Amino acid sequence: MTLLSLRGIRKSFGAVDVLHGVDLSVAAGEVVGLVGDNGAGKSTLMKTITGIYRADTGSIEFDGKDILALDPGQRRRLGIEMIYQDLSLAKQQDVASNIFLGREPTKRLFGLFPGFVDKGEMDRQAARMIERLGAHLPSINRSVGSFSGGQQQTVAIARALTFNPKLVIMDEPTAALAVREVQSVLDLIRRLRSEGIAVILISHRLNDVLSVTDRIVVLRHGRADADLVTANTNMNEVVSRIVGGGDTAAAAAHEERG
Amino acid sequence: MASETTQPGFWARVQRASVERLHIRLESLVVLLALSTAMALLSPYFLSLSNFLNILLATSTIGVLAIAATFVIGSGGLDLSLGSVMGLAGVAGAFVAVNLGWPSVLAVIACILAGGIAGNINGQLVTRAFVPAFIVTLGMLGLARGLALVISQGRAIYGLPPEIVYIGQGRPFGIPMPVIILVVTAIVAHAVLAYTRFGRHTLALGDSEGAARAAGIRVEHHRRIIYTLSGALAGLAGLLFTARVNAGDPTAGINYELTAITAAIIGGTNLFGGRASILGTMIGALIMGVLQNGLTLLAVQSYYQQMAIGAVLILAVFIDQYQVRKESRV
Repeated sequence: MTLLSLRGIRKSFGAVDVLHGVDLSVAAGEVVGLVGDNGAGKSTLMKTITGIYRADTGSIEFDGKDILALDPGQRRRLGIEMIYQDLSLAKQQDVASNIFLGREPTKRLFGLFPGFVDKGEMDRQAARMIERLGAHLPSINRSVGSFSGGQQQTVAIARALTFNPKLVIMDEPTAALAVREVQSVLDLIRRLRSEGIAVILISHRLNDVLSVTDRIVVLRHGRADADLVTANTNMNEVVSRIVGGGDTAAAAAHEERG
Repeated sequence: MASETTQPGFWARVQRASVERLHIRLESLVVLLALSTAMALLSPYFLSLSNFLNILLATSTIGVLAIAATFVIGSGGLDLSLGSVMGLAGVAGAFVAVNLGWPSVLAVIACILAGGIAGNINGQLVTRAFVPAFIVTLGMLGLARGLALVISQGRAIYGLPPEIVYIGQGRPFGIPMPVIILVVTAIVAHAVLAYTRFGRHTLALGDSEGAARAAGIRVEHHRRIIYTLSGALAGLAGLLFTARVNAGDPTAGINYELTAITAAIIGGTNLFGGRASILGTMIGALIMGVLQNGLTLLAVQSYYQQMAIGAVLILAVFIDQYQVRKESRV
């Protein structure tokens, strides 16, 4: 079943055309790797899915609905989450505030005034979510900026998973992590797939992409240049598709060594 | 060093609890108490109920402006037009009541509306025309002041109706009306900033606009509301001032933004947004009030008071940035 379907997505910034008509589809519970050189348009494409950018032309359907006109908040409510490369955390706010940002549970103050944030409920749910991810944070009430990179990433992941998403987009989730943390992110991706949650993984680490995805889409010059089934491809082919032919054996061998 | 990081000292724990539970930086409370003690020792007139009410009364206008400054700075913005908009609002209210002879209720509404419109224009320009807040509100500082002078033809408008004067000079239960209005405004503002979604989104926005946008918060819309709110609060401050001095003075509020922003920063508002508390700001406003009151009691010329406020602003930001650098992992 197709969960997400992009057709002919174009996006330009002023005179710079970044996306020249991208087609991409993701099935429910499928893990799709999105690879491509720097400037190929990966991040821009993802931001047109989350609604941070509005595509100039083309159509985006999610779960059978046309979502082109929806803003990021509405798309999140439909179940599209993204873990950003820079994590996009509010560093001076605490863990629960970040996880629930934009979706805070509310209660009535003295049973009268609506719209008051239910901080107790937020803290309980945040603690449960962090625990479910098997992570340890010094304190849930500390500002996120005082945590280490890996701990901050845990908060960003918890934020993406707390509201039962259908699609999670991860932009370079392993770029800044230690080896052990990389493995736990890859395990997490496998767990999401087993729960029927689709994942789009953007990564430069082709070994990670080859080990965890079902399909690999290569973005080149603003187009989806290749759509490869992971089981039927290899490092050589992926690298040659990324750089666009030529002698790629050396580059592939370099990647293989990781 | 290692044991220090794993087992924070008593002072550090009290500090943290104060920030987390009361949204107050403990240092500002200490400064307020030290300043008050010093003034009490230096002047025999300082410690009296009437002087205490005097301080609160003098703080009321600045306090309302400081609440506005707290919201705007907490959201990562800046409003330099607070004092001018306050002056414009007071003149607008006096013009409606005196020159037009309309009912007092409409004059009150005119004050707040004039402030709100000026603030909304700030917000529209910042979010739609992409002019930096510093420039927009600096321009509004000139625009609003000029308009106040045009409306009043450069002269204070006298002869306000008694209901309006009561807002500034009335004393139900012996407490000055402006003080009551400040306290009520501060309580509502504190609840909104600390405990509502609106307040949390305001701080998140000041913390990281990207994170707020990614979380689905309508960033530009939110900013417009905050600038409008800031203007409306400046309008309320203008009403309090006009009612207290019983005149719509077009030169009212000159340099007040300096004191208001200083009060907000002393109270623990991060100059670059993301951290702010109304309770803290009220302590900051009281520090400014005690400072001015004490210097007046000690017969220090007002020129020096102006210098003191400027120095305190720079000092407060220096201490804040020093702490931030100390705490952050780099």
